[in-house]
Amino acid sequence: MMNKFTRRSALATLTAAALAIGSPAMAEDWQPNKPIEMVIMAGQGGGADRLARLFQSIIQKNNLSNMPVLPVNKGGGSGAEALRYLKDKEGDAHTIMATLNSYYTTPLRTDIGVDIEDFNPIARMANDNFILWVNSESDIETLDDYVAAVKEAGGTWKMGGTGSGQEDSLVTAMMENEFGLEYTYVPFDGGGTVAKNLIGNHIDSTVNNPAEQMGFYKAGKSRPIATFSEERLEAFPDVPTMRELGHDLVYTMQRSFVAPKDMPDAAVAYYTDLFKKVSETEEWQKYAADEALDAQFLSGDDLQQFLLNGREVHRNILDGMGELGS
Amino acid sequence: MEILALLAEGFATSLSPLNIMIVLIGVTAGLFIGAMPGLGSVNGVAIVLPLTFIVPPSSAIILLAAIYYGAMYGGAVSSILLGIPGASTAVATTFDGRPMAQKGEAGLALIAAAVASFVGGTISVILFTIFAVPLADLALAFGPAEEFALVLMAFTTFVGLGGDDIFKTIVMISLGLVLSTVGLDLISGQPRLIFFDMPGFYSGISFLVLAIGVYGVGEVLYTIETSRTSPAVTPARLSFAELRAGLVRMNRLWRTMSFGSVLGFFVGMLPAAGATPAALMSYGMAKSMSKKPETFGRGNIEGVAAPETANNAASTGSLLPMLTLGIPGSPTTALLLGGMVMWGLVPGPMLFIESPDFVWGLISSLYTANLAAVLINIALIPIFVWALRMPFSVLCAMVLVLCIVGGFAPSQKMHDVWLIAVFGIAGYVLRKADYPLAPLVLALVLGPLMEKSFRQALIGEQGNILVFVERPLSALFVALSVLFFLLPIIKMVARRRSKSTAPAE
Repeated sequence: MMNKFTRRSALATLTAAALAIGSPAMAEDWQPNKPIEMVIMAGQGGGADRLARLFQSIIQKNNLSNMPVLPVNKGGGSGAEALRYLKDKEGDAHTIMATLNSYYTTPLRTDIGVDIEDFNPIARMANDNFILWVNSESDIETLDDYVAAVKEAGGTWKMGGTGSGQEDSLVTAMMENEFGLEYTYVPFDGGGTVAKNLIGNHIDSTVNNPAEQMGFYKAGKSRPIATFSEERLEAFPDVPTMRELGHDLVYTMQRSFVAPKDMPDAAVAYYTDLFKKVSETEEWQKYAADEALDAQFLSGDDLQQFLLNGREVHRNILDGMGELGS
Repeated sequence: MEILALLAEGFATSLSPLNIMIVLIGVTAGLFIGAMPGLGSVNGVAIVLPLTFIVPPSSAIILLAAIYYGAMYGGAVSSILLGIPGASTAVATTFDGRPMAQKGEAGLALIAAAVASFVGGTISVILFTIFAVPLADLALAFGPAEEFALVLMAFTTFVGLGGDDIFKTIVMISLGLVLSTVGLDLISGQPRLIFFDMPGFYSGISFLVLAIGVYGVGEVLYTIETSRTSPAVTPARLSFAELRAGLVRMNRLWRTMSFGSVLGFFVGMLPAAGATPAALMSYGMAKSMSKKPETFGRGNIEGVAAPETANNAASTGSLLPMLTLGIPGSPTTALLLGGMVMWGLVPGPMLFIESPDFVWGLISSLYTANLAAVLINIALIPIFVWALRMPFSVLCAMVLVLCIVGGFAPSQKMHDVWLIAVFGIAGYVLRKADYPLAPLVLALVLGPLMEKSFRQALIGEQGNILVFVERPLSALFVALSVLFFLLPIIKMVARRRSKSTAPAE
């Protein structure tokens, strides 16, 4: 009797303390009680997929979560499948989604009944870069060679990339505008497939992320022409940026996690904390350096602001392309 | 000979006591995971992934490979015993496996599946060992045009079947193709055929849901009707004599099995395809090359052996693009890829040069995992068969429960459970009207792949449809497709000619 009483009063004190400290302590209160589903907005093998699976491995290796994380690819319709899925998971505490820029563009292009403002921001892990690639068998060595070759092809130059209206196609459209080029854009369902099709000579160039081409690049099968980053990438010190070459083409891809609308606050705090820990692991720091990622962590309101800004930037790009949905 | 030396070194790793134990545990766990509808090798590998960080990377990959293999074997078990595909890759195994079980040959069907899986696994591992590096180039040669031509060939094997009514087959393929367009367009992202504006249709219709519906539920409904008078308890026993007789019978199937292995390996190797299409194609091929195609779907042992060799061969094949190109050929290999990145290995063309001990340890463990899987599987067959001796009224309820669980588990949406009910009733009606169900499932599996590759190829060539015959590999597949399509006519003409010449003699 005595024992029980003490325990209860101890609990009351704890609760009071938790209330007093507020949300940070709430992360301690909530733990997932079943496997966490990590929805990936893209197909297998692309940059988004690899990264999501790397996070899964880091979480499990370092025992950062008491429950396993199960990655699920829902890449259909440029990520619309994943967005719809997350919308249907309203209030769910065991689903999170790994995003890329199609998080902005897909709902802007087509009305799929999703407003990204409704989702709960968890964490921004990185900003990824884009590089212009050709097959190493080609004669093209410089951007000038490249532009000349595309012009000569007269619209039949095959630029491969992810779904129409997704990042790769935006970068392609930016190139078309800047250099007065005309491409035949061939959409594939993941950056990995795009990379493979370049090496197999089924397409003529790509704007793959560094990680997607890394294996082929190291084997001497693909050649980077120029990067779309602000500064040269550490992993590719000899590859010039578009800006250096006199073209103001800068585009990056955010790699973040978001959660469904109305996920309990304690769960949101738990996941934010989880990814904060992931971002501090040695494995992640090393990977980010190797793969030329900018790994600045962002969460909470800052992240939501960042995501909403991103949406406006993309609204403008799409508007310029005439790709904006009603 | 260099390969043999490398392989021997690999065996030195995979035959250590720790690794042998890991293989046994992995295979057994995989078997049960695969046998449970709704749980496939993906779930198995995902659940075990965290455990792999406590052992060295070479042991970890061996554990994952063992589970992967075990699940491939296990998928056939519920396909045969219950008529519910235990895993998506075992869909084709229900076509003949279930009828065999109903005829009281469940034991034989399970042996066939186990032996076929072993043969498929072994042949493909040998192919893998010898040709892994040069074959990577072949996988690269597959662009959209080649993919389309290959899928086209798969379809024609189903149309050009002598046994079934060709008109009904085409109706079923068309229906499957229509169902395959439901959801968001792969290329433009626009929603298509969202029936009644139900959000569940945005993610399309999973072929597993269709297969569980028409085979699992449809089957139960059909059996309830046919066994109303006699509460059928499937007679199922298995003695050693039968086991031996079964193995002898398998001996005669080895043309089908070697063909299925090679086909499965190559289809599995293509990043876009994987084990499910491979199994379906192998089934179609076996049927169209058979002298008695009409016996397929009615409990022909070849109809079990063909898809089972192919799906195991494909599961090995899909490791190839993962290791050499860094592109996973299936959801499970995508998970393995995640593990590899974690262990600090960079998949891609350099992996064989930079981490030979890892690669060859993995390859050699495929040999041991395969051997362990077939032995454990055969040892467990009597237990599996014993489950069938339950009274039908109990078994029937159990099958329905497993259908619901199997449909709900992958997506966790009630939408899919309702779809299973709808497909179950549709499957029952179609069966009564004698429409073949296999082409329906095939069309839903291959439809999206076919549409996507067709459009990609045409976009790339400014709408020039000749692209499919201008490229050598794709031209070859198109030619074979035409041949398969015309095969029934050729057979018919040949039969008529032999009839007209016979009386003259």
